Amino acid sequence: MTEIRVAAPATPARAPAAPRRRPFSAASLPGFTAVALLSFAALYLPILTLVVFSFNASPSMSDWGGFSLHWYRDAWENDAVQEATVRSLVLATLAATIATAVATLAALGTTRQGHFRGRTAIYAFINQPLMVPEIVTAVALLIVFGVVRAATGYQGLGYLVLAHSAFCVPFAYLPIRARLEGLDRRLELAAADLYATPLQAFRRITLPLLAPGIVAGFMLAFVISLDDVVITEFVKSAGQDTLATYMLGQFRRTLTPEVNAISTVLLAFTLVLLAGVFLVTRKRA
Amino acid sequence: MTMATPEMTARRRRARAGWLLSTPALVLLLCGAAGPLLVVLVFSFLTKGGYGGVELPFTAEAWFRIFFQRDIFDGTVSAADAHIQIFWRSVWLSLATTLITFVLGLPTAWFIATRPARTRTLWLFLITIPFWTNLLIRTFAIMEVIRNEGLLNSALLGLGLIDQPLQILFTDTATLIGMAYVYLPLMVLPLYAAIDRFDMRLLEAGHDLYASRWALLRRVILPIIRPGLVAGCILVFIPALGAYVVPRVLGGGKNMMVGNFIELQFGQARNWPLGAALSMMLLLVVMAALLVYVRAMAQEGRDD
Repeated sequence: MTEIRVAAPATPARAPAAPRRRPFSAASLPGFTAVALLSFAALYLPILTLVVFSFNASPSMSDWGGFSLHWYRDAWENDAVQEATVRSLVLATLAATIATAVATLAALGTTRQGHFRGRTAIYAFINQPLMVPEIVTAVALLIVFGVVRAATGYQGLGYLVLAHSAFCVPFAYLPIRARLEGLDRRLELAAADLYATPLQAFRRITLPLLAPGIVAGFMLAFVISLDDVVITEFVKSAGQDTLATYMLGQFRRTLTPEVNAISTVLLAFTLVLLAGVFLVTRKRA
Repeated sequence: MTMATPEMTARRRRARAGWLLSTPALVLLLCGAAGPLLVVLVFSFLTKGGYGGVELPFTAEAWFRIFFQRDIFDGTVSAADAHIQIFWRSVWLSLATTLITFVLGLPTAWFIATRPARTRTLWLFLITIPFWTNLLIRTFAIMEVIRNEGLLNSALLGLGLIDQPLQILFTDTATLIGMAYVYLPLMVLPLYAAIDRFDMRLLEAGHDLYASRWALLRRVILPIIRPGLVAGCILVFIPALGAYVVPRVLGGGKNMMVGNFIELQFGQARNWPLGAALSMMLLLVVMAALLVYVRAMAQEGRDD
């Protein structure tokens, strides 16, 4: 029998009824904590380095030349960055709005009508963008939108809005559905008993209770649209760069900390949205 | 029979309402995601046009070209080594990514699940942040670390462990490091979900019954976290196989994976049918992996 040394338990041990020969703690399996902390360090060090060097006075991405905000000013004054930022925000707003609207209806359809034939099929179809590799969807849209472009001559933002709204649907749908499943149906039945019409019951009872799920779904869809590179790169018309595709293009050139500055702003924006999702979805104690 | 009629009409009406409410989402997905996939399938059976695009007649040539090539002079058929090399790289890099994320992810998920309730949320949030952070930003961040003048080489040079910077960027190793970095949260989250449901007293019981730590890992922990493990592996393996951004930015032009090779067919190579056939093959492999997952989960359900 191998001799096992046991570290001090991190969680208060349940009081043993009889004295144990070898107390055991699941929280301190040998090496697990070290590897876990290493993983966290590995996840955050690169991101922190990126943020720190966005404030570098020198154009180097490895030698620190003092604190400066001039890469932020450069990015701010760069017309291409400005244009791409506006386009990204407009696109994400439109796509998240459309995706959230259709996802809310679909969530009501798949949770409030009992079990019906084809419900599983609808569910699978809505989650389809999560299963198909992005590059495959990107190529498919490139081909189809190419045909539509040639036929209609339309070069606008519509292609990107359609593509983004489509792949945002599951991200909007999942939190809304989760919220609906947690709602007490008796509240709606009580409203119906009190002579509310179905529409009144929906507007006055279901919708307000559902609101946190809808807000969370919208914000997640927004983040997903803002982050997308692959589909945008294939679908966009000439000169329709978003922030993400603009950055991808920059990687082919000599990089300056301007890219760090743009990344840091995007990162901060994502964090704010995530904190928002966290706040609206947390259960009130 | 007559008794059941009102009940049945109500059910039918509810089913119709369910379908009607779902229709806008289904139409949007049909136009913006699923429908175009069928067009790709058709394109994969067409002939390549002179300047990109496709022409009639229908042919299986593109599918043949995935694995084989014909000599232009004598028409002899041989294996398309360049293609097979790219598939092999995609598969082994994706498998290696899955393995690395598991080796790092299991202890990480375990660590989070065994924290006291108060700090557990914080650790979980720390894993979720990279998950939602722009893939491009994370790829860029890891590129800054591994390039010749980057953090890693500076540290190794400073410690005197190496004389010359290691050329990691633009190699398969760079792609592997990058994919392990960006997909790690996808392994941790499902593993955490499985471990969180696990009753730690089972481990104590096993320990009291003289199980060694290795035996506990193999006989108690692994069977219980298997659903999370399968989900994590699928969630990492599938996007890794179809990766496009990471190999493009970190692997450089020469070390293509399938995703980059598909793009090449629609760009410089101007072989749309081959690109379409490759896309469909990637989709088939992914669907097969998902099928394995669904069956494994069904098996899991029966075992319970």
